[in-house]
Amino acid sequence: MATLDPKIPSGPLADKWRKHKADIRLVNPANKRKYEIIVVGAGLAGASAASTLADLGYKVKNFVFHDSPRRAHSIAAQGGINAAKNYQNDGDSVHRLFYDTLKGGDYRAREANVHRLAEVSVNIIDQCVAQGVPFAREYGGLLANRSFGGAQVSRTFYARGQTGQQLLLGAYSALSRVVGAGLVELHTQSEMLDLVIVGGQAKGIIVRDLVTGEIGRHAADAVILATGGYGNVFNLSTYARGSNATAIWRAYKRGACLANPCYTQIHPTCIPVSGDYQSKLTLMSESLRNDGRIWAPRKKEDGRKNPNDIPEADRDYFLERIYPGFGNLCPRDVASRAAKRMCDEGRGVGPTGLGVYLDFSDAIKRLGEAGVRERYGNLFDIYHEITAESAYQTPMRIFPAVHYTMGGLWVDYNLMSNIPGLFVLGEANFSDHGANRLGASALMQGLADGYFIIPYTIGDYLAGQKPGSRPSADAPEFKAAEDHVSGMTARLLGIKGRQPVSHFHKRLGKIMWEHCGMARTKAGLAQALREIPALREEFWAGVNVPGSADTLNQSLEQAGRVADFIELGELLCLDALTREESCGGHFREEHQHPDGECKRDDAGFAHVAAWEFQGAGRTPLRNIEPLNYEFVKMSVRNYK
Amino acid sequence: MVAPSTPPHLSLTLRVWRQAGPSQPGRFVDYAAPGLSPDMSFLELLDVVNDGLTTKGEEPIAFAHDCREGICGTCSCTINGKPHGPGQGVATCQIYLRAFRDGDTIVVEPFRARAFPVVKDLVTDRAAFDKIQQAGGFITARAGSAPDANAAPVPKPAADLAMDAAACIGCGACVAACKNASAMLFVAAKVSHLGLLPQGQPERDKRVLAMVGTMDALGFGNCTNQYECSAACPKLISHDFIARLNRDYLAATVRSAFQPAPAGTGGGAG
Ligand SMILES: Cc1cc2nc3c(=O)[nH]c(=O)nc-3n(C[C@H](O)[C@H](O)[C@H](O)COP(=O)(O)OP(=O)(O)OC[C@H]3O[C@@H](n4cnc5c(N)ncnc54)[C@H](O)[C@@H]3O)c2cc1C
Ligand code: FES
Repeated sequence: MATLDPKIPSGPLADKWRKHKADIRLVNPANKRKYEIIVVGAGLAGASAASTLADLGYKVKNFVFHDSPRRAHSIAAQGGINAAKNYQNDGDSVHRLFYDTLKGGDYRAREANVHRLAEVSVNIIDQCVAQGVPFAREYGGLLANRSFGGAQVSRTFYARGQTGQQLLLGAYSALSRVVGAGLVELHTQSEMLDLVIVGGQAKGIIVRDLVTGEIGRHAADAVILATGGYGNVFNLSTYARGSNATAIWRAYKRGACLANPCYTQIHPTCIPVSGDYQSKLTLMSESLRNDGRIWAPRKKEDGRKNPNDIPEADRDYFLERIYPGFGNLCPRDVASRAAKRMCDEGRGVGPTGLGVYLDFSDAIKRLGEAGVRERYGNLFDIYHEITAESAYQTPMRIFPAVHYTMGGLWVDYNLMSNIPGLFVLGEANFSDHGANRLGASALMQGLADGYFIIPYTIGDYLAGQKPGSRPSADAPEFKAAEDHVSGMTARLLGIKGRQPVSHFHKRLGKIMWEHCGMARTKAGLAQALREIPALREEFWAGVNVPGSADTLNQSLEQAGRVADFIELGELLCLDALTREESCGGHFREEHQHPDGECKRDDAGFAHVAAWEFQGAGRTPLRNIEPLNYEFVKMSVRNYK
Repeated sequence: MVAPSTPPHLSLTLRVWRQAGPSQPGRFVDYAAPGLSPDMSFLELLDVVNDGLTTKGEEPIAFAHDCREGICGTCSCTINGKPHGPGQGVATCQIYLRAFRDGDTIVVEPFRARAFPVVKDLVTDRAAFDKIQQAGGFITARAGSAPDANAAPVPKPAADLAMDAAACIGCGACVAACKNASAMLFVAAKVSHLGLLPQGQPERDKRVLAMVGTMDALGFGNCTNQYECSAACPKLISHDFIARLNRDYLAATVRSAFQPAPAGTGGGAG
């Protein structure tokens, strides 16, 4: 049974982080270069961590499976990043950002972590501007803001529709600087396939060079995983195709607890599926809900009509109707389920009936087409490329899609997992978003973790490790882990079955979406828990992975990732089945208010469920970390 | 949605460059692809062909891709002789089959350039871009040292122009489109983005000299002002930035000749 001490500092909420920084142990500057830190991942979280730790004087090795750190999935974030700057003078504050984020997460995140996130949010914007991130500005030259869901203030900073790109390029430039200066050893196209534990502590990783197939061992004093989210367990999602769970899943199998895997976010505004060959779903940024209005026809028979022929009186602006307080800017989970309800009632639109409209005609009347183009032109272009329709002329068709995973490896306040020496940052951890993440707060969290939190907290761990005490990569633990990885590769290549990897990924995705998607039931989850193990058996008997292990072999990469997704999918369903309540992105049909809203059970489930691996074929252990709310009262989320 | 003029199904032939490894010879191989939806993306077509090959026990076509929405810069096919294929201002992953006609043969190759060696099939090694970036494509600003973000206003036109340049996705289409395989547009975009901002001034000269020097050393060719680069750029980054780069480079060369830059790491905005 794992010990889950969240190590939350004592004292008033607003003083915790300051006090903690003053209390934790430091590594003296001369000793820093004696420590080696492995950072896996160079998205916002990994690149910011690697560059900052190198600047502090640590020796850093950075691994990414991409061919360049600049290609991490963070690059695709569109809409923006939150920060409590209150530059708009509209009543924002650290406390309000804290409160909105905690409430947005349906009171399933730790108070202390979320408050710290809100505190450092202001430093992030300063840091990014200093690096040259070209945020949008007003005519006077000061920074501009927009609004995002779940907030009644304008606190979102953005760079056109490419905020993630610009923030990542900022972090990538910082990383490039330290790589160029010889302070970070960069390994691209290197996929971490196992975590090495020596004496109960994380001391290294096993990596496959994706071009040569060579398996490498790397030892370090501490290991940081910043490997992103696991949404591709659903196959179709807004994630990049390469995003995967392998790093966190293999760490889980080495003993790291995986917390709240069932907290997955379905984003309301994505382009609907068009066919069976579909490989990805494209997000239409939440920022569109600043000016676009979401509606469904009132009459079922209007679903296939040209929307421009449906009179105003026959349109149901359902978010504005149900949630007049927040209207189109209610949180994602709420908006997604409302859209699903419209489609379930038979009022969906488009060829499949799985869609609702996002309409800009009022915005065009107000701002002119040029005004709308200035704000959202690139998103309208993307929509046009994919659908061949112009959203300036007809409303966009949108449908919810898997977009983010709030769950992840369990970490304490120092962002350290239950395995000493293993730290987890960014989307890969579970810490800050509770059961639902608000828009524009993932970028904030990734950069907070990397630039401003881990540089302090890792020192506390390293100060307890004698310099030079890290094990050699020749240690038996490394050999055993390497053999394990090579064994799995050989097994995958040896099956020579009849089906490509994609076949299994698609089938897993269908099971997950049907039984563990926007609405979950006990019976459905039980069904999924029968189907997934059967699929796993089929996979290991019937997958075909052509080629060999000693060259670039994309089928082999994919096979390993899908094998992990199948196992993770099972745990996700188990977590969803065990959590007998609805909260945020986790909606159990059995637990709802008469109006269809989430019904939380604070007496029974105000806790983190942190799953611990017990060996193949054995039910994992469900550890609990109680969520003690000292400063905020858990209440029913109300966006009406 | 299917545009009214497009037939519901297409049949295409793919003529694909197959090359087992960097030092092996490559050749074109034809694959028939019948019954395709025009709403399918070009990369989804490669997925379908690859699943077919795998089922037959053959090695699928290696191709680079990730985001599939035109932002990560991973995808990199030359389609019918054009980097990223038909269409303007889009990457390979944003090509949909409605751009082709029923019965077409589509020639698919990797980006070709001396500085981008082929790894396998359609995958090339573009690490040279990272090296250029590491030489100087940054503003030194250690975390923790930054002043308030609104302390130095940036005029909106400068910020907007910097953003136009910063939109580069680092795909390398500019290099593949250039008959000299020059990386000038890539370098110009980064130098302009950072040089247009007040934060970028302290390291401006050092940056442009280091990036251009590294670009030359890595085997990229010279720019002869043909502007094929901008035309192939999925973000349509303007070749005006190349003129800006040339001015910056000249000024920096002159300044550094008269006033040698002190050794050591740069100044920084913080
Ligand atoms: C389309 C889209 C739009 C979004 N828009 C917004 C937005 O507007 N605002 C917002 O706040 N959030 C947004 N998000 C969410 C946000 O982008 C992500 O949550 C965040 O960028 C994740 O960053 P990360 O650093 O944790 O991981 P990632 O950026 O996913 O990086 C993961 C890194 O880990 C590496 N890696 C992974 N596994 C391994 C392995 N086994 N071995 C070696 N390396 C590995 C990868 O190479 C990569 O470098 C959006 C997400 C999507 C999908
Ligand atoms: S796959 Fe990312 S730009 Fe094409």
